Amino acid sequence: MDKILEVKGLSQVYGPGCDLCFASTGPDFETNICPHCGSIVALHDLSFDLYKGEILGIMGESGSGKSTAVKCLYFDQMPVGGSATFFDDSGQKPLFKLNPAQRRSLRNHRFGMVYQNPNLGLNFDISAGGNIAERLLMSQVMNYSEIRERARELLARTEVLTERMDELPKNFSGGMQQRVQIAKALATRPPLLLLDEVTTGLDLSVQAKILDLILEIQSELNTAMIVVTHDLGVIRLLAGRTLVMKYGRVIERGLTDQILEDPQHAYTQQLVASAL
Amino acid sequence: MSNGINFAFLDEYAKREIRRSVIKAICIPGYQVPYSSREMPMGRGFGTGGLQLTLALIGADDTLKVIDQGSDDSVNAVNLRKFIEMTCPGIDTTTRLQEATLIQSRHRIPEQPLRADQILVLQVPYPDALVIVEPSEDKRKIMHGEADYSRLLVKLYEDIVKFDEITISHRYPTRINGHYIIDPSPIPRYDVPRLNHSEALILFGAGREKKIYAVPPHCLAEPLAFDDVPFRIEDFTDSHGERRACKLCGSKTSFLDEFIDEQGARVYQCSDSDYCEQQQELAHG
Repeated sequence: MDKILEVKGLSQVYGPGCDLCFASTGPDFETNICPHCGSIVALHDLSFDLYKGEILGIMGESGSGKSTAVKCLYFDQMPVGGSATFFDDSGQKPLFKLNPAQRRSLRNHRFGMVYQNPNLGLNFDISAGGNIAERLLMSQVMNYSEIRERARELLARTEVLTERMDELPKNFSGGMQQRVQIAKALATRPPLLLLDEVTTGLDLSVQAKILDLILEIQSELNTAMIVVTHDLGVIRLLAGRTLVMKYGRVIERGLTDQILEDPQHAYTQQLVASAL
Repeated sequence: MSNGINFAFLDEYAKREIRRSVIKAICIPGYQVPYSSREMPMGRGFGTGGLQLTLALIGADDTLKVIDQGSDDSVNAVNLRKFIEMTCPGIDTTTRLQEATLIQSRHRIPEQPLRADQILVLQVPYPDALVIVEPSEDKRKIMHGEADYSRLLVKLYEDIVKFDEITISHRYPTRINGHYIIDPSPIPRYDVPRLNHSEALILFGAGREKKIYAVPPHCLAEPLAFDDVPFRIEDFTDSHGERRACKLCGSKTSFLDEFIDEQGARVYQCSDSDYCEQQQELAHG
């Protein structure tokens, strides 16, 4: 399999930080707040590889650093340490060494992001079709009919009523907003899709539809995905491999079935037991 | 000077700074060059940006024409002309386009073609076309630098979705030399094609916003549009599909203003008063 992303030693600290931050936080200390400087160690030494068409799950409780990881990879924030390399058709790209213009180019054309909160991913002042058009226009698709057709196809694909494509997304239900967000993220057919708690807060039937949709997209477009969630059901259904995080560290990693059937770490055992 | 005011009102340092900004604007077509807009003896919004450009460029041997919405006789044009005459002794003023070397205008580009030895200065209220989609100037500068105009194009997309056509009537976003998109001042769509490969240098000055930008001669100026929804100008056709004519000169090729006459009927008249007068003179031999 072809590697698409290589992350090595990714670390993120919120606050001034000190030399003792990493040594005095983590699962062993049962905290991610540095007792010396009060900084929050959101992420420390996260490393993983992602392959084309693979879905990697990142699981953990609130504050474990899973969202911070995808936000760093999507350039919403810059990490304090570590590296990430994106393997594109045009060569390797060291993500955190790119200049701002190169980062924005990757964000707009090669990466897709679906946020937990549709407010972050959608522009509520323009129509659902307009949101998708924006991504297409960034990629220099300058034909109005083609933009309409592709927006319609994407919305149909994500099971949004195409008759509503000219309505503002603020008039949509939460599930539909999430599906419009997925359609927008897929507009440029990105090889890497980042999904941050996409089903949180949605009712079970809508959750199931969105998860089915993600699986279909993955098999159709061979899109590599990183799925961040605290929901074991989502991980079980989507991810082939999973990382379990706590206090900003990876405490367990492996094949999803292996982690769910035979968890090794006490925290993972507790997590799996509580879900059963 | 006898009246104690410097020639062309501005001090020499201010003129030099504006001229340097003009040179930079010409070198980077469509780029908004910041400059330290001076206080003028009139309110912002009365054309202080255009006026400062005119005053920095005018010489004693220049002939000036000042137009406001196509007319040489409107209050704004008359007062600006008087001010320039007062502060620039020795210059000539004219209402004839052909005689002018420097033309300051608001809301219109003259109907007749400009020559290479003429400079057109346009007064600009809002210099940045992106201001309608992005309030932060920092972000707008990045968007301009990367030619990221997708959000502006989405505005056009939404317009077509709602009204089946692009409804921007003036300040039509125009891409200069294949990169920067400018707000070409509140000229009607009718005048936008005149920016393209113009013989004359066209300068834009925004006094309140402190920006100068330029469309140099023979420069590409393309109004923003989709491949299959092309840019179009006002056609002035009536319900029978006939092109309306000016009631004074009969022109069927000029930009027309609409009036309601004393009988309550709609009548149309050339917006460019100088062009209209010349057409009437031609008709009467």
